[in-house]
Amino acid sequence: MLDNQQNLNAAQGAGIQSAQTVAAGGAQALVSGHCGPKAFRVLAAANIKVYTTTAATVSEALALFQEGKLTENSGADVEGHWA
Amino acid sequence: MIIAIASGKGGTGKTTVALNLARVHSGAVYLLDCDVEEPNAHLFLKGIPSGEPEVVTLPIPEIDESLCDGCGACSSFCAYKALAVLAKRVLVFPEMCHGCGGCMRICPKGAIHEIPKRIGVVETLQAGNLTLVQGRLDVGVAMAPPLIRAVKAHIPKAGDALLDAPPGTSCPVIATLRETDYVVLVTEPTPFGLHDLTLAVAMVRELQRPFGVVVNRAGSGDERVQAYCRAEEIPLLAEIPDDRRIAEAYSRGALAVEALPEYASLFQKLWATVTEKTHGRR
Repeated sequence: MLDNQQNLNAAQGAGIQSAQTVAAGGAQALVSGHCGPKAFRVLAAANIKVYTTTAATVSEALALFQEGKLTENSGADVEGHWA
Repeated sequence: MIIAIASGKGGTGKTTVALNLARVHSGAVYLLDCDVEEPNAHLFLKGIPSGEPEVVTLPIPEIDESLCDGCGACSSFCAYKALAVLAKRVLVFPEMCHGCGGCMRICPKGAIHEIPKRIGVVETLQAGNLTLVQGRLDVGVAMAPPLIRAVKAHIPKAGDALLDAPPGTSCPVIATLRETDYVVLVTEPTPFGLHDLTLAVAMVRELQRPFGVVVNRAGSGDERVQAYCRAEEIPLLAEIPDDRRIAEAYSRGALAVEALPEYASLFQKLWATVTEKTHGRR
């Protein structure tokens, strides 16, 4: 588990900071609901593969990943400031 | 005298007040449209452009990778997270950068220099005794304050300048209101108008600017704005009646004081009131 609370009061750059945290934590792959363009640029620079899923829980998402049912994203799947 | 026309709520009549004030001025007057995301004062003036638009840039960092050792000092310093350091490589996000220059100064290797990034233009138009200066932010750019400062650099050393502010109470408005002699807050007599007026009042008090209120479309709502001003001892500078003919003139791109000369005295009186309240300044 990594603390990602630095973003709670971030005026901007939350995606960039989260991606930096993920990279600093030594991750080789990221499974997330969505990934924006700036975070994707950071993750790509750190050679971290990005997978997105609509799974409702973390354990379901991880299970899908481990079963090889997720495909690697080639770019961001949403625009910046997507909500 | 530098007078800013601001509001909390959008669409209350800032541009109407600024343009009509400028039009009834007897001498040379500057109107600076600081709503750089959507400048609209020019729509009401038949002006002649003076010279080419001035291109405004922001200094953004560029990394010399042969000097950078990936220490991360720049990224930790940047309050806006415009720099990320990964695997000893620095990524720059120009659209996040506010151009403060801090990363360049803090880099222990001297690996950062600044390059200009275009954010918009400043245009000047001459319409009779009125000089209009407006900022126009480029599409896709979200950094209004530096462009507003470039517009404000055109404020004449002497004489009168009116600043048409963007709506709201965020950074672009603060950038507009700083170093003004007086702030005119335009509101409408509605619950929304009153709610956003209270936010605007808190903002100008924080900025320690003298200010007063103009109620636009008076008679269209209730009397709560006027009651609030009395309770807070805020001067009620003028009330512009809810007159459909003003809106009709506006929709044709005409000013109230041009289409309906009987309104000239209202804006002349507003000048006199504001002048009296700023007496001794500048």
